[in-house]
Amino acid sequence: MRNSYPAWLYALIIVVVLGMGLYAAPNLFPEDPSVQVGDPMTGEVDQNIRDLMDTILSAQGVTPKQVEEQEDGQVLLRFETSDDQARAADILRNALDDTHTVALNLAPATPNWLRAINGQPMALGLDLRGGVHFLMEVDLEAVVGTAMERYSNELRRLLREERYTFDSVERGPDYLEVRFTAEADRNAVEGWLNRQYRGELAWEARGSGEDSRLVAVLEDEHLTELRRQALQQNISTLRSRVDELGVAEPIIAQQGEHRIVVQLPGVQDTARAKEVIGATATLEFRMVSESGDAFEADASGRAPSGTRLYHERDGTPVLLQRQVMLTGDYITDASSGIAQDTGGPAVFINLDGQGARIFSRVTADNVGRLMATVFIETTTETVEEDGEPVMRTSRSEEVINVARINEPLGRRFQISGLDSTREARNLALLLRAGALAAPMSIVEERTVGPSLGQENIDRGMQSVVIGFILVMIFMILYYRVFGVVANVALALNLIIIVAVLSMLQATLTLPGIAGIVLTVGMAVDANVLIFERIREEIRNGLSPQAAISSGYDRAFTTIADANITTLIAALVLFLFGTGPIKGFAITLSIGIIASMFTAIIVTRAIINLTYGRQRRLTRLAI
Amino acid sequence: MLPHLNFAESNIDFLGKRRITIAISVVLVLVSVALLATRGLNFGIDFTGGTLVEVGYPEAVDLQPIRQQLADSGFAGAQVQTFGTSRDVLIRLAPRADDPDQATLSNQVLNALGSGGPEGAELRRVEFVGPAVGEELREQGGLAMIYALAGILIYVAVRFEWRFSIGSVLALVHDVAITLGIFSLLQLEFDLGVLAAVLAVIGYSLNDTIVVYDRIRENFRILRKQGTEQVMNNAVNKTLARTIVTSATTLLVLFSLAFLGGAALQNFSIALIIGVLVGTYSSIFIAATAALLLGVDRQVLLPVKKEGAEEDQTP
Repeated sequence: MRNSYPAWLYALIIVVVLGMGLYAAPNLFPEDPSVQVGDPMTGEVDQNIRDLMDTILSAQGVTPKQVEEQEDGQVLLRFETSDDQARAADILRNALDDTHTVALNLAPATPNWLRAINGQPMALGLDLRGGVHFLMEVDLEAVVGTAMERYSNELRRLLREERYTFDSVERGPDYLEVRFTAEADRNAVEGWLNRQYRGELAWEARGSGEDSRLVAVLEDEHLTELRRQALQQNISTLRSRVDELGVAEPIIAQQGEHRIVVQLPGVQDTARAKEVIGATATLEFRMVSESGDAFEADASGRAPSGTRLYHERDGTPVLLQRQVMLTGDYITDASSGIAQDTGGPAVFINLDGQGARIFSRVTADNVGRLMATVFIETTTETVEEDGEPVMRTSRSEEVINVARINEPLGRRFQISGLDSTREARNLALLLRAGALAAPMSIVEERTVGPSLGQENIDRGMQSVVIGFILVMIFMILYYRVFGVVANVALALNLIIIVAVLSMLQATLTLPGIAGIVLTVGMAVDANVLIFERIREEIRNGLSPQAAISSGYDRAFTTIADANITTLIAALVLFLFGTGPIKGFAITLSIGIIASMFTAIIVTRAIINLTYGRQRRLTRLAI
Repeated sequence: MLPHLNFAESNIDFLGKRRITIAISVVLVLVSVALLATRGLNFGIDFTGGTLVEVGYPEAVDLQPIRQQLADSGFAGAQVQTFGTSRDVLIRLAPRADDPDQATLSNQVLNALGSGGPEGAELRRVEFVGPAVGEELREQGGLAMIYALAGILIYVAVRFEWRFSIGSVLALVHDVAITLGIFSLLQLEFDLGVLAAVLAVIGYSLNDTIVVYDRIRENFRILRKQGTEQVMNNAVNKTLARTIVTSATTLLVLFSLAFLGGAALQNFSIALIIGVLVGTYSSIFIAATAALLLGVDRQVLLPVKKEGAEEDQTP
């Protein structure tokens, strides 16, 4: 009896080994510390800036190892050491001011021929490379309130423009109410409102006579749409804010129905990151009311109709008109600087075309009167109330500046009255990045410092290597030639795991490394089953060739059953687990599937080549 | 060269001692359940919510001044301990229901550490888990465990027979209960990583049990003249070498992970080491016994064909 495989099977094994080796190869090349420079909006960097960077860097004696342009137009400068990288980043930040983002990055040094076949190293998780992970919960219920606010402002304006008679427009937490002093007025407007807001608001007539009202609530479908938009807007706002922070390769993605994951590799200043990500600061411009006494309103707590009571930063009460002249939504750009008149910190604001038109019209109408800038900041957090987690939003509105309108304001103007340059800088950043459509709170944070990240890689890798060597020594001592064969399979198994992770661009995390280590331990199980079976068959008196054949055949169903059940467990982990558990499940699953191939087919192929052709085989080194 | 583990001729009467082994297992499981009910698990912040800050100092530090620093800044309830080495300090803050600004607690802690006390604190890690997220993770973890068990029950029932399926799940519950019991006894921290380890123990223990059951099924076909108990004993004996060798290689790797993998992987590897040891015990002593007690015999596995048709295969 002889043991042999058909030629195509050997060919398949060789193809798999070469292919996997090729795609695992990018992980052998270390990463270059590098600096990524780009325009915050387009990403592109023009030739002048590039020449400027070259000159400045060589003047300071920090020459990049290599400069390359990336697909999105950003420029990547690779450096020899991380010291050079840090120095270069500082120099460039100073030289380029706010005009470009400068981000630190670790760029893979994959050779071009590997990149040509799409070979990339594994992506490392934040626990291995350092960085911040935030899970943000979006308060989608607040969307209703915001929508009501917008509708009530719009209604007041539209009803006036269309010359309908009404008493007032009131806003509830989730409804709107238009009041009339006569039923006839209500009947006149009802049809028009229904047409105007079809698919958005559902109107209902209530009361009669002097207490005639029209009450509106949001249509269900429209509410769903508003929520979806709010989440999307929050994601894009977060993206632009993160770009402002200068982070290379951030991940911002929706998770579940109302959560957003933000991962910022390499970010260390978590306080600043949180300030920028979580804040929902915006501006509103309102006219100062000329009737009514602000101090009296402050004392009684009741503002005259058509006005609202605000406070300045020093606590002085001020009455502002209920109607908003302009919201922060129209701001296209904002930068911080020094006020021309007072010399204090100021924010310079640019409006878009529509905003500029509105603003110049309303300011032209109000030349000589006082206008107030209201700074609105919303913070949200989840607190426990009666054992139930509830999101609580607190909104602070302060008047930061009251100034007389000397001439119509247009596209660009300045706001002063801020406490510090830091505040001016943050406000400018937040205005630039746009407002959040719904308040958010951080419900989970995981930050890993760079030293711990490096330590985790080193230690994880060390334990994999040492565990691997221990198992290999044991296998050789215990199964001799067959042990060597099993070790080849084990090494191939590891290469396949690395290659598949690289191809999938799955993120390798610490639990993922643990999964690999566990796979190494369990991958030998298939070989142990086979080899023990071969020994048993020899003891039962079978010839070596027959024992090999029978050992492999009989062990197969056992291995398949055992591995499939473990695979089921891994699959369930993947489906129901979160972040770290998922990483573990992925490597475990890949490892199990790979081990079926390496431990059964590859070892059999090697054994067949070694012993299969010997007709008079009398002993096996097992 | 290592001597071979040769159990070919051995015929250890594992099932004959089932009164003792079952008594041991039942006592261990009951004690574990009692521990879990009274002491409970020392859940990490992944499941309870709260804030955890790990800082590294250039030299070994005393914890007392750090506690003082934190208490002075209003963190009187902070739990301070060393982590791994005496240069690493772990600070834990329980979730506070009325705190308006939980997400920035970690920054306040870092600020507090910056003033007075040991110099050169460097941030190594921050974890903040909101109470709602903690509860969800706990629920998801429990669900994952239940679904895994259900999936396994079905697969084994299809491939083998329902009695085996119950038997393997009993062995699983046994392994998981004792592992959790030891975690409760030692009050080791139970976080997401340990949950992953417990789920891996399920996979491993199952692997072991299935190998034994597979052999039992095969033996019923081959050893036609022997009684049920003998057939099962033979299966456990025949797979004994494999059970021990595989556990040994897995433990080699796990010990390397426990000693060299750093503090972050410590509890993960301890959970797996306990699980593998208990799993090895249960696949030798409990899996076959459970099958026997559940009424597995030749009729159940091999539906009667023509009586005596395969008589000549008996060795």
